[in-house]
Amino acid sequence: MTIDWTQFTPWTALAGGILLGIASAAFILVNGRVLGVSGILGGLLVPSRSDTSWRVFFLLGMVLAPATLTLLAPGLISAPRIEAGTVAIIAAGLLVGLGTRYGSGCTSGHGVCGLSRLSPRSLVATLAFMASGFATVYVIRHLI
Amino acid sequence: MHRFSEFVVGLLFGWGLLISGMTDPGKVLGFLDLAGAWDPSLAFVMGGGVLVGLVGFTLARKRTRSLLGSAMHLPTSRDLDRRLVLGSLAFGVGWGLAGFCPGPGIVAMGAGESQAALFVVAMIVGMLLFELLDRKAKASAARGAEA
Repeated sequence: MTIDWTQFTPWTALAGGILLGIASAAFILVNGRVLGVSGILGGLLVPSRSDTSWRVFFLLGMVLAPATLTLLAPGLISAPRIEAGTVAIIAAGLLVGLGTRYGSGCTSGHGVCGLSRLSPRSLVATLAFMASGFATVYVIRHLI
Repeated sequence: MHRFSEFVVGLLFGWGLLISGMTDPGKVLGFLDLAGAWDPSLAFVMGGGVLVGLVGFTLARKRTRSLLGSAMHLPTSRDLDRRLVLGSLAFGVGWGLAGFCPGPGIVAMGAGESQAALFVVAMIVGMLLFELLDRKAKASAARGAEA
């Protein structure tokens, strides 16, 4: 294994991670909700009237995050590098949508909140999606 | 007050994803590429998140009501079943294909990235497909129970 020191950004990664933790802790303590993005979005697709608006307001905050952060701290974030082509993007979206709903969570609900709750289910889920994520990138970058 | 705090939490979470590098698929794939030039940064994202999360959820466990007075919606399922494992494996394949998971896809769409918007649309289609398949499976399970 070789480490790419030119890309290694431990401080911004840690700072961003701590912010994710603060948001997750605030959500459970203030609102009594687990911050799981796939569950919050997925729950909108089976609408029951009383359960919709909190999801919409949370997602609205996420969508407005780039514009507000750019306003507060210009130049802090760099443009995303998207390598995948259109077909791969569509396949990825379908798999992520199906998989996170069957698996009841994603990197936020299982990875951050679930591990913080010491949930065995979330540990199993996190190990599974990390393993298949590593395997997929290995196949794409080193075998094909 | 509820709606305001949900909005602010979404905003903070989005900022965290942006600052950490999670919204950059190039960075995510650099982390998932163990055999190439590996960028371990994202391990620090999860480390930082879980560190703070541990404190938050430890405090939350002692509460019967949230600070705003609503019920505590904590997951109750404890099954380590096939759905959990196969679903999570499929999610990881999608994550490795494009470098987007749900949150960062939504945030990058908010930044005006058209490919991220396409990812989010496909993700919603995948979620709708789940609702369809799951409803079918539950209906046939119920029929099986009657028969």
